[in-house]
Amino acid sequence: MVEQLFPNVNWDRMWQAAYETIYMTAVSTVITFILGLVIGILLFLTSPHQLWANKIANFITGSLVNIFRSIPFIVLIILLIPLTNLLVGTIRGTNAALPALIIGAAPFYARMVLIALREIDKGVIEAARSMGAKTSTIIFKVLIPESLPALISGITVTAIALVGYTAMSGIIGAGGLGQLAYIDGFQRDRSDVTQVATIIILVIVFIIQWIGDVITTKVDKR
Amino acid sequence: MIQLSNITKIYKTKNGDLTAVRDVNLSIEQGEIFGIIGYSGAGKSTLIRLLNGLEKPTSGEVIVSGEDIARISGGKLRQARQKISMIFQHFNLLWSRTVEENIAFPLEIAGVSKGERAARVQELIELVGLQGREKAYPSQLSGGQKQRVGIARALANNPEVLLCDEATSALDPETTEAILELLLDINKKLGLTIVLITHEMNVIRKICHRVAVMEAGQVVEQGQVLNVFQNPQATITKNFVSQVSDSSETKESIEQIIANYPTGKIVRVTFVGQSTKEPIMSQLIKRFDVEINILHGAISHTANGPYGTLIVHIDGAQGNIEEALHLLATNNIQTEVIARG
Repeated sequence: MVEQLFPNVNWDRMWQAAYETIYMTAVSTVITFILGLVIGILLFLTSPHQLWANKIANFITGSLVNIFRSIPFIVLIILLIPLTNLLVGTIRGTNAALPALIIGAAPFYARMVLIALREIDKGVIEAARSMGAKTSTIIFKVLIPESLPALISGITVTAIALVGYTAMSGIIGAGGLGQLAYIDGFQRDRSDVTQVATIIILVIVFIIQWIGDVITTKVDKR
Repeated sequence: MIQLSNITKIYKTKNGDLTAVRDVNLSIEQGEIFGIIGYSGAGKSTLIRLLNGLEKPTSGEVIVSGEDIARISGGKLRQARQKISMIFQHFNLLWSRTVEENIAFPLEIAGVSKGERAARVQELIELVGLQGREKAYPSQLSGGQKQRVGIARALANNPEVLLCDEATSALDPETTEAILELLLDINKKLGLTIVLITHEMNVIRKICHRVAVMEAGQVVEQGQVLNVFQNPQATITKNFVSQVSDSSETKESIEQIIANYPTGKIVRVTFVGQSTKEPIMSQLIKRFDVEINILHGAISHTANGPYGTLIVHIDGAQGNIEEALHLLATNNIQTEVIARG
């Protein structure tokens, strides 16, 4: 039945490609979460009236975030080829896609972190200061826990965007479902391969969204 | 305990300088409940934040239990803040933490060990009457309960001073009473110095020993609460005092009386302490042949003693009325002619 519907699908290659997509998405999401959180917190703390209010630092961080957020991902991959070569030692394979994925997604997530942190009641930060809390205590015990639902739903959206980015990184030979759909499906005119790759990508996206929703609901005590 | 000398705070804004606090001098004793009253924008929020260094004065000196709060910073300021806690109008609890975790927060900041934290939290929960709610999240609590958590949290590190930033302004009248009782109770039990800011004279009346009235960044009047109630000087203070003693209904009925009684005088008589017990009105009637009609009466209790107001209509010969008012004055009773026929 499945054989008849999708006669050209090589299932071993399909599962291998799915694994590559999941691997690239998972690793880049974890690193994007950490990097985006750091940049987002820096943006927040250096903004006016905050603990490290500093116009210059805020302007530089904000500008870098805006620049990298504005470059189309497909262009960013090509621009970053020399850096990738330096960091990973090759420009082919799943690991070679990671620098571009992270540099493309981290500024995007940093903006979402900033929005999440701005939603925190200023009074709560003031209360922590009035108790004699250090800035590090405020970051780890006030800022992050108090914005956690927004941070999680933000990383969910980012992870889903990253699934899309991994497909595009197929152009530098990163592997994954995107590349399979393009080379095996489009270039060889086997539309069933493209269809199966699409279905698997959809399933991955739905699972990410579901996990994100479950965790967001669980941590939100408001 | 607290000494403010020549405090001025100027904010730089786009539209020029804004003076929030102008040349304020205050001295607050150990164990005292000191109230600062003013309308919003009077500078009282800024003033109270100067006491724990959340704001720094542009000039002047802030001494709280021997520390020059305006000059210290870093670890030393953080250390000092553990002894000067604060509660807030909107409670400012961490929604991500349960009641007991919220109360444990300042203990974590102070580096108290886990075992000691649990014991101290239990003590505090009993002190503020929140038994059984330890595992609840703030979203599951009423306003009054949230403020109890705020108070417990503020008391965790055994502070010397408690700052209350409009602590009852978001609460309904009954809950306000209960929270004020609790503050009075901890003031007596722990000998804590309390500084509170409010725009409600009722709060001042209920628990404060002394009061400062603020207007446009300046302290326009200060003194014992009873004296201020009995003999308010500034116009703004009179407004605040009438907040407690007169209802809008009284004002209407006074207007009605003025229309009905074209002769005589309408007088507000204020009794304080001992004088509330003397039958002064009947003496007036007997001695001066005047008619006295009581329009309104109220007795309020302050932390320094009871105080009563009567609004009466006095009618009779002009000379007799004057003599009657003179007798009241010599008996140390405050009178104010509201309207004359």
